[in-house]
Amino acid sequence: MGATTETFYSVIRRQGITRRSFHKFCSLTATSLGLGPLASARIANALETKPRTPVIWMHGLECTCCSESFIRSAHPLVKDVVLSMISLDYDDTIMAAAGQQAEEILEETRAKYKGQYILAVEGNPPLNEGGMFCIDGGKPFVEKLKVMAEDAMAIIAWGACASWGCVQAAKPNPTQATPIDKVITNKPIIKVPGCPPIAEVMTGVVTFITTFGKLPELDRQGRPKMFYSQRIHDKCYRRPHFDAGQFVEEWDDEAARKGYCLYKMGCKGPTTYNACSTVRWNGGVSFPIQSGHGCIGCSEDGFWDKGSFYDRLTTIKQFGIERNADQVGMVAAGTVGAAVAAHAAVTAVKRLATKRDDANAKQDH
Amino acid sequence: MMDAVARPAETETNLAAIAADAAGEYAVGRPTVYVYEAPVRICHWVNAFAIVVLMVTGYLIGTPLPTVEGEASGSFVMGYVRFAHFAAGQVLAVFFLARILWAFVGNHHSRQIFYIPVHRKQFWKEVLHEIRWYAFLEREPKMYVGHNPLAQTAMFTGFTLFVTFMIVTGFALYSEGEGIDSWQHKAFGWVFSIWPNSQDVHTWHHLGMWALVMFVMVHVYAAIREDIMSRQSIISSMISGERQFRE
Repeated sequence: MGATTETFYSVIRRQGITRRSFHKFCSLTATSLGLGPLASARIANALETKPRTPVIWMHGLECTCCSESFIRSAHPLVKDVVLSMISLDYDDTIMAAAGQQAEEILEETRAKYKGQYILAVEGNPPLNEGGMFCIDGGKPFVEKLKVMAEDAMAIIAWGACASWGCVQAAKPNPTQATPIDKVITNKPIIKVPGCPPIAEVMTGVVTFITTFGKLPELDRQGRPKMFYSQRIHDKCYRRPHFDAGQFVEEWDDEAARKGYCLYKMGCKGPTTYNACSTVRWNGGVSFPIQSGHGCIGCSEDGFWDKGSFYDRLTTIKQFGIERNADQVGMVAAGTVGAAVAAHAAVTAVKRLATKRDDANAKQDH
Repeated sequence: MMDAVARPAETETNLAAIAADAAGEYAVGRPTVYVYEAPVRICHWVNAFAIVVLMVTGYLIGTPLPTVEGEASGSFVMGYVRFAHFAAGQVLAVFFLARILWAFVGNHHSRQIFYIPVHRKQFWKEVLHEIRWYAFLEREPKMYVGHNPLAQTAMFTGFTLFVTFMIVTGFALYSEGEGIDSWQHKAFGWVFSIWPNSQDVHTWHHLGMWALVMFVMVHVYAAIREDIMSRQSIISSMISGERQFRE
């Protein structure tokens, strides 16, 4: 670090990558981001002239699956490209420095690149007991996060933890684990949810920000539109079976073998925004539905608290019992139906009695 | 606005005006009032039909029919069920909107289901009377030209509010398929700011359906019962528009 003028291009040239390969990378990146053909030249120009963007990568309450995913990116290759493209100044999981040395880098970056560095956060801060459930460098993580967020250009919230809260925020959330956007409110935050997010989505987002110096277009939830504007369901290769009404009814039935739609097995594809059905995983090899298992909706808010991964309808726990909306509705409608029938019966009896009274009264005259 | 008709005054004059037919029999003249204008009646039946279609197809979307055999290209079962649901949903939305617009130009009965006069003491007194009537504590029902106060309260919550909720959540869910740049998403995407996970919107949409099922049951029962017990036409009024009082 310290080489403020060093560009991405100069770094990869030094590593022996040819100019031809560099341009191939630029076109590939432009394509994967869904940008037009002119964008390739813009990316090349930016990477040749702009200084590398410093990135601080912090870890709160998390499982490091985001990092594991990130380092497996195939397009662009994280080893060759992304780590050259950005200046990853601090990442306590993979950096060589430790202890005092490591903490010094934080201070240095903060002072030197005030308002220019990107803060990438994996995991989230627990707020209970003054943040004591996650101590990082002798201080509660939430304090470290707030300090580093203060001078950041933008914040990337990696994964379901940083974006929504994920498993540590699932009910009853004893540590009060809180997503980043509920703690930091005065900085642009880009959510890249998923448990973990797709490697290519992560590197794609980093590439976009470092290339254009701004956040990509975000949707209502703060997710990049280029990867999160459609549901798994919208681009699922099993969608024709859904429309035809061909469903797997139970695991290992004939329909499962034929690769029918997993809707009835609780697939969350219709309610999950992610790029799994297009970008896929492990270098485009497969994704859960292709492997015969429904989507569990890992990039959605509170996906741990919606009941079984294998139920179509969400479990409702508000009534002290675990039922889904249709079961609750049927009981309620049944009760109303019974009440209506009872009311009608009483009405009929009453009416007969009244009529008899009236008839008796007439006879008495 | 309350239209409590204790005992229509023109009954006797009506009777007197009717002449005997050839057999010497008199037709019974009954006081009638024109209540539901044509647009109100059309909206009522179109919406009723749409709601029934929506309930059946909606349930089948959540709990699909058994698997169809053969090539995927050979059938379109789920596709047709969803098409029917979306089509009926749009019909309901259009006719519900038309019904709201009619409330501005129609007679005062056409406005009744869109508000509850919460500030009027008399209204709540009459609601109480209606509750007592349904609890078999009152011997004689009151007669109203339009909805009775309890019915007005039920129509406002059970129909106007619930249907609005279903249209809003319905279009929000529909916008997921139409895409983030669709007008549906621009108009109803804010629903996902309340429930970021659309799974929750689905759950509420299901619960809303069951609330409407209950409304329909009570609505149909009350209409039939009042037709018999309150000695005034209810069901035929929604066809002819006229309310007849029998005594």
